Amino acid sequence: MAKNSYLPFKAKILAKYQQTELDWTYRLECQIQPIAGQFMEVSLPGVGECPISISDFGDGYIEMTIRRVGQVTGGIDKLVPGDYLFLRGPYGNGFPLESFYDKHLIIAAGGTGLAPVKSVINYFYARPELLQRCDILTGFKTPNDVLFKCDLDKWAQTFRVEVTVDKLDEFGNLEVIANSCSRRTGLITALIPDVEIPSLEDVRVIIVGPPVMMKFTAQEFLCRGLAKESIWVSFERKMSCGLGKCGHCKIDETYVCLEGPVFNFAQAQTLLD
Amino acid sequence: MGYRFTAAAFNQLLESLREKYRVYAPTLLKGKGKFSDTDLVGYAEISKIEDVVFNQKSYFSPKETFYPVTQRLFYFNENGFSESVVDEKGMIVFLRACDIQAVERLDKIMLENGPSADYYYERLRNKLKMIVMDCQESFDSCFCVSMGTNKTENYSASVRLENGVYLSDVKEDIEGLFAFHGETIEVSPKFVESNKQSVKVPENLVLESVAANPIWEEYGSRCIACGRCTVVCPSCSCYTMQDIFYDDNPKCGERRRVWASCQIDGFTDMAGGHSFRRNNGERMRFKVMHKIKDFKQRFGVHMCVGCGRCDNACPEYISLAHCIDRLGKEEAENRG
Ligand SMILES: Cc1cc2nc3c(=O)[nH]c(=O)nc-3n(C[C@H](O)[C@H](O)[C@H](O)COP(=O)(O)OP(=O)(O)OC[C@H]3O[C@@H](n4cnc5c(N)ncnc54)[C@H](O)[C@@H]3O)c2cc1C
Ligand code: SF4
Ligand code: SF4
Ligand code: FES
Repeated sequence: MAKNSYLPFKAKILAKYQQTELDWTYRLECQIQPIAGQFMEVSLPGVGECPISISDFGDGYIEMTIRRVGQVTGGIDKLVPGDYLFLRGPYGNGFPLESFYDKHLIIAAGGTGLAPVKSVINYFYARPELLQRCDILTGFKTPNDVLFKCDLDKWAQTFRVEVTVDKLDEFGNLEVIANSCSRRTGLITALIPDVEIPSLEDVRVIIVGPPVMMKFTAQEFLCRGLAKESIWVSFERKMSCGLGKCGHCKIDETYVCLEGPVFNFAQAQTLLD
Repeated sequence: MGYRFTAAAFNQLLESLREKYRVYAPTLLKGKGKFSDTDLVGYAEISKIEDVVFNQKSYFSPKETFYPVTQRLFYFNENGFSESVVDEKGMIVFLRACDIQAVERLDKIMLENGPSADYYYERLRNKLKMIVMDCQESFDSCFCVSMGTNKTENYSASVRLENGVYLSDVKEDIEGLFAFHGETIEVSPKFVESNKQSVKVPENLVLESVAANPIWEEYGSRCIACGRCTVVCPSCSCYTMQDIFYDDNPKCGERRRVWASCQIDGFTDMAGGHSFRRNNGERMRFKVMHKIKDFKQRFGVHMCVGCGRCDNACPEYISLAHCIDRLGKEEAENRG
């Protein structure tokens, strides 16, 4: 008999940090060893379950950054350190970190898309010698939506970090954004023509964000002459199981929860919902 | 081994089987038809062979017997989780050759896809013994021969009603009871060799071209996204999780899974208002491609077994069989 993969385990909330009005990062006591880019199914018994990316992890803990948008995420929002969440996973493939070794890595993240790549950035931040260079481009709706401000500041010590917002907040204020990053207004796609690319063959790109953002950002990189095979994206789909059974995440013969959520763009481009 | 049973002998067989098994078969469900005074054929537990409907195709498929519409996964309270329990009895299900082929399709997704077998599916599937009902002639809307699903070897026993007696080919005698109650005789099960309609499943479909085909717009204008076609389908397996808590104590409740349909609103809804395939025609394209392309690409066999139930169930008279043929012809023309 197979083991019961649906029964979640209990994980204590060790800490909770506010990112924006809607987003909080939860540090959970947990022994799993995930791969950057994988996700968990997070439960609140009586309310439901939903897929959430692991935004960071370390010895004995994982972090998830959760936006309050509905039933489950709304319930989680009310929890405080010492309370428990219920988890199963990790699921999905994660990013192929080794394919970025010795390359010029460009990460383009829109909004909450920064969460699944945060651990990728931290991995290389701790081992900068593994990359030729690294550009981090992030785009948010307004300055109040910027996630991981302290981390952006920290990363900017080693990598080139650019933050752009679609529009300014009501005070016309850009200062709330991390200090040491280059700050602009406009769409993330507008940052791409200015990225310095000394050697096209060495570039590898990760794009994560809403579907439209990923599509247009990828197009910009293709315009710069990049091969499709040099680009990776991470998909979000409705998911009820994470196990290849419920069918919600299926596109063509591909299951996003199994073969994804990270796809090489050469494949991602052919997937037709 | 083959056996012959009078109705009385078969009923004694059923009575003995029922000590350790629940026996399910297609029966006439009174008042469950499209209109309140009509009946339809669906699955229910039986105690006598006369309850089994042999001369019609069941409206619902047998999958609900071992993959229930709503299945409790576990209960929870302040102290943690406890797994739902299953009936100790085994399960014997009367079904057709195409239905058995469909069980094999469900096995592919539920047992083989992903990192491990589905615990709750496997738990009931392991209890399942199948009795194939011979098809002496094809019903309207069947196209099993085209799908290569008109025959099976995968059964414990077969059964057919012939001149008032029941004839059974037994591959795995359950508790030796067929031999005990039956009279030995030569029997081979009968499967249909032709249907009233045949369907040509197109090979080498190119997805971009299929998606651009205007037939989906037409289907989209007819389909009302009711999901009946997927509910009655023996090889559809999608589900959604659902939590409920009990009114008298909100800290206690259960997690269930319920059948879901790619044809119905909400199947792909995500937070932030994103959803895919908003148009009913796109959903139809998604379903048809799964049935005759995607599944085979992944598992080597077509998901559709040609039972024709979706054609019978659709209130808008949309026929999958016609759709497949039409798509094949148009795509062949498009390729020139
Ligand atoms: C691989 C993956 C990784 C993810 N990672 C993250 C992450 O790191 N952080 C994160 O915050 N999110 C992440 N998500 C998204 C997250 O899973 C969803 O935000 C979550 O499922 C929302 O669940 P909920 O119960 O709170 O919302 P729900 O209550 O299910 O609501 C979802 C949306 O549907 C709407 N809705 C709900 N009920 C109805 C109704 N009856 N009628 C109409 N509309 C309705 C709501 O308004 C809301 O917009 C990820 C998703 C995937 C697939
Ligand atoms: S004919 Fe329709 S109901 Fe029967 S297996 Fe094919 S898709 Fe399912
Ligand atoms: S049964 Fe007919 S109308 Fe209903 S979802 Fe299926 S194709 Fe559409
Ligand atoms: S999430 Fe259920 S099949 Fe992928």
